[in-house]
Amino acid sequence: MTSRVRPHLSYNEPLLFERSSPGKVAYQLPELDVPPVDPKEALGPSNVREAIDDFPEVSEVEVIRHYTRLSAWNYAIDFGMYPLGSCTMKYNPRVNELVARLEGLAWAHPYQPESLAQGAMEVMARLEAALAEITGMDAVTLQPAAGAQGELTALLMMRALLERRGNPRKKILIPDSAHGTNPASAATAGYAVENIKSNEAGMLDVAALEQHVNEDVAALMLTNPNTLGIFEEQIERVAEILHAKGALLYMDGANMNALMGIARPGDFGVDALHLNLHKTFSTPHGGGGPGAGPVAVKRELEPFLPVPRLKRTGKKWAYDYRRKDSIGRVRAFYGNFGVLVRALAYILAHGGPGLRNVTLDAVLNANYIRRKLEPHFDLPYPSPAMHEVVFSDARQAVHDVHTGEIAKRLIDYGFHPYTVSFPLIVRGAMMIEPTETETKHELDRFIQAMIDIAGEAEQDSEIVRNAPHATRTSRVDEVAAARKPVLRWKPA
Amino acid sequence: MRYLPKSDSDRREMLDAIGADSLEALFAHLPASVRLNRPLDLPSGISEYEIVRYFRERAAQNADDYSCFLGAGVYRHFRPVLVDTVVSRGEFLTSYTPYQAEISQGTLTTIFEFQTMICQLTGMEVANASMYDGSTAMAEAAMMAVRITRKNRVLVARSVHPEYREVLRTYAKNQEMPVEEFGYAAEMGTLDLAELERQLSGPPTAAVIVQSPNFFGIVEPVQQAAELAHRAGALLVAVFTEAVSLGILHPPEDVDIVAGELQSFALTPSYGGPYAGIIATKERFVRQMPGRLVGETIDADGNRAFCLTLATREQHIRREKATSNICTNQALLALMASVFMAVYGKQGLRELALQNLAKAHYLAGRLQPRFCGKFFNEFTVRMEGKSPDAVNRALLRQRIIGGLPLGRFYPELADSLLLCATEMSRREEMDQLAEAIQ
Repeated sequence: MTSRVRPHLSYNEPLLFERSSPGKVAYQLPELDVPPVDPKEALGPSNVREAIDDFPEVSEVEVIRHYTRLSAWNYAIDFGMYPLGSCTMKYNPRVNELVARLEGLAWAHPYQPESLAQGAMEVMARLEAALAEITGMDAVTLQPAAGAQGELTALLMMRALLERRGNPRKKILIPDSAHGTNPASAATAGYAVENIKSNEAGMLDVAALEQHVNEDVAALMLTNPNTLGIFEEQIERVAEILHAKGALLYMDGANMNALMGIARPGDFGVDALHLNLHKTFSTPHGGGGPGAGPVAVKRELEPFLPVPRLKRTGKKWAYDYRRKDSIGRVRAFYGNFGVLVRALAYILAHGGPGLRNVTLDAVLNANYIRRKLEPHFDLPYPSPAMHEVVFSDARQAVHDVHTGEIAKRLIDYGFHPYTVSFPLIVRGAMMIEPTETETKHELDRFIQAMIDIAGEAEQDSEIVRNAPHATRTSRVDEVAAARKPVLRWKPA
Repeated sequence: MRYLPKSDSDRREMLDAIGADSLEALFAHLPASVRLNRPLDLPSGISEYEIVRYFRERAAQNADDYSCFLGAGVYRHFRPVLVDTVVSRGEFLTSYTPYQAEISQGTLTTIFEFQTMICQLTGMEVANASMYDGSTAMAEAAMMAVRITRKNRVLVARSVHPEYREVLRTYAKNQEMPVEEFGYAAEMGTLDLAELERQLSGPPTAAVIVQSPNFFGIVEPVQQAAELAHRAGALLVAVFTEAVSLGILHPPEDVDIVAGELQSFALTPSYGGPYAGIIATKERFVRQMPGRLVGETIDADGNRAFCLTLATREQHIRREKATSNICTNQALLALMASVFMAVYGKQGLRELALQNLAKAHYLAGRLQPRFCGKFFNEFTVRMEGKSPDAVNRALLRQRIIGGLPLGRFYPELADSLLLCATEMSRREEMDQLAEAIQ
């Protein structure tokens, strides 16, 4: 038996608005050193608002207590392991937070003269070069704000290239194991989506692909390793099939943590891919963002990259806005610079050999979990695992215990649930990605927790079905939330 | 390596358990032809001390200790200390998207409060949990209007941030969504209502997009634009880039969708990002709204609880039929903005806005604004007999970063600078700037 979590003080805390009372403040502005202005005169009487109704009025200490108490209701990597498959929840080095807040970087205005932004531009240029080397691609844009926007950016570039060749084509092929953003991004880029089945090995069915690829297909969007944690061993053949018909190969780089220093997408036929800096490159998830989704491309796609592009003129960095084939901008300014700083700090800390060690340990951890849990859980695809492993709840389902319930029970053991019900091709999927930053001790605790829960599923299934039990909030009624949405607080 | 928490003997034990000889053996199934047979061409890892030194050197290459009068969508406002105190907590910083509601009530509660405060500020009925930034929020708002109206043409004012309009064009291009622009009045610097009206008499229009205060800092006649739009069966999308203005400016009524940028609320300029955008709208449009939403519900014991909701709009459920491909939001930045709103509160946000108004009007009083429209904390000035670039170069010698030369985005304003003053602009700095320009 592994030790479960024990309760600790958990404070009740009302909403800010319920804490609020008239006349309280948490701010003090400097005395105005210029004459005050009558807003009605300056802005026109009809443009001036009265007080903002019900806006918070709290004191400084209440602000701290409010957010500190709320923070204690969260799980976080700093507490323990997040075995969330596909999400690569690894430790977030704190030096990255410090350097992103250095005044010369954090307070740099995007329109300050290039001569006074050389440090920021150098950071971006260095990161572009490092990502190009890691992926084996020719050029990188750092502009996309997150992975999904990276997908869209790459698809727009591919479309532009195909248009240049005479036909933008109509369809994007997507394996049935893909992330949901892939089809959504394809639709935003103006493409129809066609799904392709996986084979019994959990890999893309190459024969099916051959049948699907024709003059209407613009590209295949493939995740590699795929969402089963399996390397697509036929990847070079896949690229060949597509290229022979004038189609392109897009790779979702969400799982790059499995490949650094081992294999490079650029070397196995990929034409474009995005990276999630908030996964592989350790920038914090922050409860759901910010991320960054740079896109790396082969030379042929380079003319279509978003503007502006960094270029070296003499000893200085400059921006090149005059690129007639560019797809344009995908967001204002240059990208999520603060996230880019953190990612570069991570790359510098590990260095080339170190990034390879990251991948080695990530794959070691996943395979260790797989070997230890295989006797207890159903493994639908026996192909070798890379950085993550997908089990199914088939052996627990006979006791009417399902993946979502097992996941919730993990919380009582002090772990965040694994990824539930994804990929869609595995019924009752349990998708586990430990990342490289877990100790053997923590992995052993997790493994034991899973084994204990498998035992509970047989002997005491109610305790699993009603989990979690140790949280301050018991099972949340998500159905009620959707049926009658309450999306904001209102005064009683 | 300090981020890898295993000893070699741990690895040996684990490999033995797996039945593998070496770490390399774990990759034996990869085809030899895909393997990288050389080390990555990147330098070896460096220590924490060296990392800090490297970035300090880069920071020193950037502007350091200059007065700055740039705005144009990114504003220098003081950040209350509590903001970083709160967001540096690992419980917020290192947590995942709050899909698992039982262990994410902290983040979920803060987002619910955020949605509420955005509604209070914008006068809208619902707001989402945030978008990437203002520019993409505007593009998403346009696509949302297209879904609601089932028309596809979009009219956008030229007085909207030029880079936002560029992003809109990129998104619109492959969605059969023609984007057309309408101009601004040369004297006032406000959108040209007559031209808007003329364009609305053309093909059916899904949305009219205006920004207030606009790119020139001027308060737009949003209400009149909304009336024209509605008369033509189009929705009115109102954009803001300077959130502090909402402390004093009346949120326009009759707007259908608000798309905005919260950078002003405690997000450092950070050379262009990360920021946080928002979309707020009427309740009846909520199912066409992109992005995450948090809703109130109860737990199994009947206690108040929050969770992500209406996910059937989103890509992980609806895939190619989703309202948007967006997956992440900007939760940590939305939290920064929330703490900022909590610290300033009802009185403070108003006082902050009034200080911005007073500072900008003081500076404008010493210079001659080009447009006569009412402005908040930014305004445009024509340079007499000198080029804006030459003026800026001279200012740099006095350690002042001047305004944004407008010629890059508006050829007809090539003789003008866009200047911004905030509560952080001191009177001496403004006097120095004004003397240097004149």
